[in-house]
Amino acid sequence: MSMEKHVYPTSGLSEKDFEQKQVITVAWTPRAEYEWDEGVAIGRYLQGLKEGKLIGRVCHHCRRKLIPPRMFCEQCFRPTDEWFEAGDTGTIKTFSLCYVTWDMIRLEHPQIPAVIDIDGASAGMGIMHLVSEVDPKAVRIGMKVKAVWKAADKREGAITDILYWKPM
Amino acid sequence: MSMRRVAVVGAGMTKFVRRSLETGRELAWEAASKALESCEMTLDDIDSVVMGSAPDAFDGVHMKSEWLADGAGAWGKPYMRGYVGGGTGVFAPAQGWYHIASGLFDTCLVVCEEKMSPCRPHPQAAFISIFDNFTERALGPNLLWIFALEMNAYMNRYGLKKEDIAQVAVKNKRNAADHPASLLGDANITLQDILNSEVLAYPVQRLDVSPVTDGAVALVLAADHVARRVTNKPVWFEGVGWNLDTAYWTDRDLSYPTYVEEAARMAYKMAGITEPRKQIHIAEPYDPFDYKELHHLEGLMLFPKGKAPEATALGITQRNGDLPVCPSGGLLGVGNPIAAAGLMKVAELFWQLRGEAGARQVPGDPRRGVAQAWGDLMQVGTVVVLGK
Repeated sequence: MSMEKHVYPTSGLSEKDFEQKQVITVAWTPRAEYEWDEGVAIGRYLQGLKEGKLIGRVCHHCRRKLIPPRMFCEQCFRPTDEWFEAGDTGTIKTFSLCYVTWDMIRLEHPQIPAVIDIDGASAGMGIMHLVSEVDPKAVRIGMKVKAVWKAADKREGAITDILYWKPM
Repeated sequence: MSMRRVAVVGAGMTKFVRRSLETGRELAWEAASKALESCEMTLDDIDSVVMGSAPDAFDGVHMKSEWLADGAGAWGKPYMRGYVGGGTGVFAPAQGWYHIASGLFDTCLVVCEEKMSPCRPHPQAAFISIFDNFTERALGPNLLWIFALEMNAYMNRYGLKKEDIAQVAVKNKRNAADHPASLLGDANITLQDILNSEVLAYPVQRLDVSPVTDGAVALVLAADHVARRVTNKPVWFEGVGWNLDTAYWTDRDLSYPTYVEEAARMAYKMAGITEPRKQIHIAEPYDPFDYKELHHLEGLMLFPKGKAPEATALGITQRNGDLPVCPSGGLLGVGNPIAAAGLMKVAELFWQLRGEAGARQVPGDPRRGVAQAWGDLMQVGTVVVLGK
């Protein structure tokens, strides 16, 4: 006895059903706007970005130097202790060459998202950002990179105050 | 702990399709009614209902589980929704298990539904808001990034090539050709087809990825004394486990899913499993991308770290191999309606352990299997061990 009879003959639709207007659809576009308050730890982080610095937080219990910063250590579950300034250099922990946008539109030149381990933070502490000013074929895990900042008067306290990271 | 034994006594599902005419509620009903019919039970026999469904944003319906409840047979019954992203489909049966193991209910209908197709222009749009609103979202990330970043970290750690990984997609899409509900089963697909497919986000190519899918799956669970009345082939829950890692995913080792290992340890301890590779006969790890099957086989401690690709190359994970992996065809082949895909894996174990998997039947009278799912921001592992 096979499970075959326990599968319902569900109706799959094809492109043709839509071209021939065999199916009625109902559409709706949501309008949702949010404004987030900066928070204690991320507020300082964003202020640091405006000043051209990467700011983290230290937990004296596990001795991790945390980036992005947090006011409590999720492992020790106690308050973190002090701020520290990390470097604006780091190492590519992993990367991708992405040829599509979120809505699957093809890109001619790939975006290069990467996780970058930040110098001055504990080993393996990284942030997600973009790599550029490099031949995509030359990007490697382990490559040393440096932040390329927006001009000081253009920074607004956002992750995009770093334009991208480039090889050192 | 004094817990009651719990069995799966029935299972049913919809076909997995790219876009269904049916609404989510109708899909849920199709699967639930097929599951009840499979064990000759009616809704009157059901004491409680657990519903699994992933982001509300796919449907554009806030609190969609309340909207789906009627389709899941929850009218006038104790009802709850489980939701841990992609991990939901293996979490929901664990919730159903503790509804009964606790002694609170004798029966539970577990229904997982997903209709991804309504989200325009692509369901990826629903995922932008999983990225951190302060530190990541402004970079314009898409969901493929995190998979590509994790896959590259895994390949780099163990010196793997694309073909080491793409063989998983070949195996699963071929296995799915024997699944009557499958969307992308293909008995003739080759390694070259996978390697020649369009590059989306290197190292991820089109055929490394499971498809957008609509579908639903349901299981009927019962306490020992009820199960023995309903069927002479109950399949028992032997262990359940789940575990979450931090949402600071960029601070983690991306080449190994520690949270899957922790979830597996919880489930194995309950099941009395000390040597998983010897004591487990079928595995249905979560395979939304081909490398994830390998990653998860290692997290489930079925192969040493970095060794799952070699085991796959040796044919060990084929349906007739020593440890059949994703004999269903998995998400890569049957399809990936998020929550429903996870529960499909548990349903596959049920059918395999009862000898009812038809053309997909694993030889050698398997006695125990493990199913696993993964999700949230690459941080949750959910595990169920079934045995007979």
